[in-house]
Amino acid sequence: MTRVSMKVDGVVYEDDVEPRRLLTHHLRDGLGRVGTPIGCDTSNCGACTVLIGGESVKSCSVLAVQADGEEITTIQGLSDGDWHPVQKAFQQHHGLQCGYCTPGMILATVDLLKNNPSPTEEEVRHGLEGNLCRCTGYQNIVKAVLSAAAEMRGEQPHPGSFRDADDKTGVSA
Amino acid sequence: MTEELDAGMLATEIAEHPDALSAPYGGGELGRGRRRKEDAKLVTGQTNWTDNITLPGLLHMAVLRSPMAHARIVSVDVSAALEMPGVIAAYSGADLAAEDGALPCAWPVTPDMVHPDHKPLAVDEVRHVGDGVAVVIARDRYTAADALEAISVEYDQLPAVVDMEAALAEGSPLVHSDKGTNKCFTWPFAAGDDYEATRAKADVVVTRRFRQQRVLPTAMEPRGVVVAPIAAADEYTVYSATQIPHILRVMLALVTGIGEHKIRVIAPDVGGGFGSKLNVYAEEVLALVVARKLGRPIKWTESRSEGYQATIHGRDQIQDIEVSATKDGKLLGLKVELLADMGAYLQLVTPGVPILGAFMFPSIYKMDSYTFSCTGVFTTKTPTDAYRGAGRPEATYAIERIMDELAAELGMDPLELRRRNWIKHEEFPFDSICGLTYDSGNYEAATAKAEQMFDMTALRREQAERRERKDPIQLGIGISTFTEMCGLAPSRVLGSLSYGAGGWEAAQIRMLPTGKVEVVSGATPHGQGHHTSWSQIVADALGVPFEDVEVITGDTDSSPKGMDTYGSRSLVVGGVAIHKATGKVIEKARRIAAHLLEAAEGDVEFHGGTFSVKGSPEAKLSIQEIALATFAAHNLPDGMEPTLDSDYVYDPENFSFPHGTHLCAVEIDTETGFTKIRKYVCVDDIGKIINPVIVEGQVHGGLAQGIAQALYEEAIYDAEGNLTTGTMVDYLIPSAADLPHFDTGRTETPATSNPLGVKGVGEAGTIASTPAVVNAVVDALRPFGINDIDMPASPERVWRLLHPGGQRREASGTVAYGGVSTSTTSGGAA
Ligand code: FES
Ligand code: FES
Repeated sequence: MTRVSMKVDGVVYEDDVEPRRLLTHHLRDGLGRVGTPIGCDTSNCGACTVLIGGESVKSCSVLAVQADGEEITTIQGLSDGDWHPVQKAFQQHHGLQCGYCTPGMILATVDLLKNNPSPTEEEVRHGLEGNLCRCTGYQNIVKAVLSAAAEMRGEQPHPGSFRDADDKTGVSA
Repeated sequence: MTEELDAGMLATEIAEHPDALSAPYGGGELGRGRRRKEDAKLVTGQTNWTDNITLPGLLHMAVLRSPMAHARIVSVDVSAALEMPGVIAAYSGADLAAEDGALPCAWPVTPDMVHPDHKPLAVDEVRHVGDGVAVVIARDRYTAADALEAISVEYDQLPAVVDMEAALAEGSPLVHSDKGTNKCFTWPFAAGDDYEATRAKADVVVTRRFRQQRVLPTAMEPRGVVVAPIAAADEYTVYSATQIPHILRVMLALVTGIGEHKIRVIAPDVGGGFGSKLNVYAEEVLALVVARKLGRPIKWTESRSEGYQATIHGRDQIQDIEVSATKDGKLLGLKVELLADMGAYLQLVTPGVPILGAFMFPSIYKMDSYTFSCTGVFTTKTPTDAYRGAGRPEATYAIERIMDELAAELGMDPLELRRRNWIKHEEFPFDSICGLTYDSGNYEAATAKAEQMFDMTALRREQAERRERKDPIQLGIGISTFTEMCGLAPSRVLGSLSYGAGGWEAAQIRMLPTGKVEVVSGATPHGQGHHTSWSQIVADALGVPFEDVEVITGDTDSSPKGMDTYGSRSLVVGGVAIHKATGKVIEKARRIAAHLLEAAEGDVEFHGGTFSVKGSPEAKLSIQEIALATFAAHNLPDGMEPTLDSDYVYDPENFSFPHGTHLCAVEIDTETGFTKIRKYVCVDDIGKIINPVIVEGQVHGGLAQGIAQALYEEAIYDAEGNLTTGTMVDYLIPSAADLPHFDTGRTETPATSNPLGVKGVGEAGTIASTPAVVNAVVDALRPFGINDIDMPASPERVWRLLHPGGQRREASGTVAYGGVSTSTTSGGAA
C-alpha cells in the first residue's frame, strides 16, 4: 500500500492504495466519483478521460500512485451550478445519445479548446480521435465542439447548428 | 404531405419550401426539435450506470473463461482460489449445474431445430474461446481477478470448427457431439411462380456470393449486473445493463425456478445496446444463483476484452444470391441461399435473425418468383444474435449489391434499373412477394430528393473525367434504395414465425392531483431519448406543458409490463400505446367535465388541454382542474371510478416500412488502396416524426455503424478458433476522424397502420449505408475489371484487388456502368 494524496473536484483525499491500482478504479471505487465511466481495458476508448492539472488524460492509463499530489477534474467537478459551455453545447446540439462516452468527450473537448480555441472541423475530428462514441456518428459532437468554441470566443454559435431550444424547425437538411 | 407528389413536383416543393418537412404538426409538440430531458444527468456525470451501483456487503464476481475454442473439461480445481484472502466462494460449472439451469433461446425457427443445452458455466465441454468455466466471488474486483489465476483447469483439446462450409461437410468435427450434426436448421421459403421456370425465361442471370463478416456490437458501456438478494424471503432485485428488463425477468424466473413475482429487474441508465443487450446472459443467471446461495449482493462487470468473447456477435453469413431479369432490366426471379453462423450455442433470438432477413431480400422491388433457404450452422465461436438491423442489413446488402451487378451486366444506370423495378407510389398499399403488406411509401420522391442533394450529374461527370485521364484517385458512386420491416411486431405474425413471445407494448398515463403527468412505458431506452419523445407525445395529446410530464421506464416494479426496446419498435409500438392511453384519459376527463359543466358529453370539446362546451366558450375546465376534481372525487358522475389513469396495451396490426435512398461517393487512391468517403447523402422516409433532433441523431449513429461494417470492422477467428481481434486495439471502431459528414434529408409518407403515422428510425441508417458504401467502392474499381470486394473494404483489400500477384491492373477506360459482357456472370471478390 502506498499513501497518495490528490485533489479531486476541489476536495483533497488521502488514501492508501495498492501500487497497481488504476486511477480510474481509485476514482470510482475508492472515492465514489462514479461520473467517470470505463469503456475498455486497453486505453482506446477515452470514456475515462479526466483533466489532470488541466490536461486531458485517460484515467485508465495512469496508476493512482502516479497521480499523487495532482489536481484532478472529473465531469462531476467541471462546473459548479451553471454548466460549462461545452456541456451546454453537447445538449444543445444533441452531441450525445446514451451518454456513456460523454464525460470523456466533454473533458477531451475542454482540453482541445484550451490548446486550439478556433479549431476547424478537421481539427476537431482529429483532436477527438482518442474518444470513441458508438451512438452519434460524431457529427453532432463535432457541431457541439465548434459551437462551444465559438461561444467561448464570444462569437455567434457555429453556423449549421441547430437553432435554439424553442425552435420548431430543429434540423438542418 | 409528399405521398401525393411525383418526383418532379417534389423537387419544386423542396426548392420553394426548404423547411416544409421540418414544420411541426398536431398540437405543436409533434415534430418539434426539443432538446433532451435525459441530457442533464449525462453531461454532468450524475448517471446511474450498473457498475456505479454499490450496496452494503457487495461482493464481486469474476468469470474464468476458456482459452480454447473447443475442449473437454477434465477437471476444475478451485481450492487454491478459495484459500486466498478476500475470496468468499468459487464454483465450477459442475458445482452450479443443479441450480443454474440453461440459457434460453426463444425462437425455435423450425420444429426440428437442433437446440443444444447451453449452461451458464460449461460442465463437460467448452465450445468457444470465452465460454465460462468457473466463477470466483471476492470482496473486491482486483481480488476476484487475482483469484481466477489460482483456479486450475485441465482441458483435453478438441478440434475447432471455424468454417461454416467445412462444418457441414461429411466427417467434420462436431461442436455438439451428442447432436450428430453441425446443422442447426434449414428454413425454406418460396413465393410467386416456380423459380426454375421463371429463370428459364430470363435473358440475364447474375449470381454472386457475398460475405457478411462477423462484427462486434461494442456498446460503449460494457455489460454488467448487480443482484441484491433478500435470501430469507427468496426475493431478488437484479440490476442489469440490459435492453430488456421485462423479458429478462420472465426468463430469469424460468431458468432458475425462482418465482417471477419474487424477481424485480431494473435496467438503470444503460449505455447503448444495438442488440447486444437484447439477451439473457450467463452472468445474469450466475450472479442471481450465487447471490441466492450466499445471501450477499453480487456485482459483475465485464471488461471490454471479456465482452468481445462473451457478448453476442453480429452478422456472419455467407449469401449465395442469384437474380434473373429480362434484357431491358425487368426483374423476374430472385434466389437466395444463406449459411448463417450461429456460433457455439443459441442465444435468445440467434436462429431468428436470418429469418427476419428472409422477407427483406425482395426489398422494394416487384418480381415474379422468390425462393429462399437458410441453413444455420454451429461453429466453435461466440454465439451471434441481433445486431442493429438484425437480418435486414444483411438482406439489403445482398439485394442492393446484386442490383448494381445486374445494372453493370445490362450496361444500365443502376438508378434506372431500380426505377424500372420498384413499387410505384400509386401502387401502395402493396403486397410484397413475401406476403407483407407495405402500407405506404414513395421511393420516387425520396430518390429525387437524394439525387438533388447529391448532385449526381456533376459527380458522374467528374467520375468520367477521372476515368478518362486515368487519375490515380478514382471516384465511385454507390446507391442503396431500401426498405425495412420494423416496429416488431404484430403478435400473431410473430406466432406464425414460431417466436416465443408477442410484440405488443404497454403504456400507462397517471394524472397527478396537481395536473402533472406520469407516463409509464414498457419500452426501455438505452440512449434513444424515449423520455423526451414520450413527453412530447403526451404533452401534445393532453395539452399539458412538456416540462410537466415525467416518464418512468426500466423497472419491473414501477413499469411492470413491457416488451422492451429493439427492432425500431419503441415509437411505433410503445409510442402508439402511449398515444392510445392518452385517448382513454381524455374520454374519462370528458365525462367528468360534462358532469361538472352540466353539459351533455357530446357537447364537450377538448382542445389544447381545455374542455369547453360547444356554443358557450366561457364554460370550460382545464385538464389539470379535472385532475384535481378527480382526486377530490367529491362530485363525479354516478358510478364512475375516481381516476383518470389509463392503461393501453397496443398490439400493432402490421409492421412499419421505413424506406429511403442513400447515395455515397468515394474517392479511392488506386496507389494505396485507401478509400475516403467524399460525400454521403441519405433521404429517409420514416413517416411522421416526433422530434427531428432525435431522428437525425438516430440516422447519424446508424450510418456510422453501417459504414463501419463496410470499411473498418471485422471479428476474425484463426484456424484454431482464437478471436484475433479480441481487444479494442485490434478491432477498429471508427473515430470521428474516420467518418465523414452526413447530409441527411427526409421525405414524409405517413404510415397508415398506426394513428401517429410513424415508422421507426433506429435501424434505417445501418441497413442502408453498408451497401451504399460498398457499391461506391466497386463502382470506382469496375474499370479495372473488379466486380466485388469483401467487407471491410480495407486499404489492403483494395490494393490487393488492384495488384493481383503484385502486378498493377490497368483500367479499361471506357466503362460507364458496366463492362462485363457475358450473359451469365458469377463474380466474387477477384
Ligand atoms: S476506459 Fe480508459 S480509455 Fe477506455
Ligand atoms: S453517446 Fe453513446 S457512446 Fe457516445
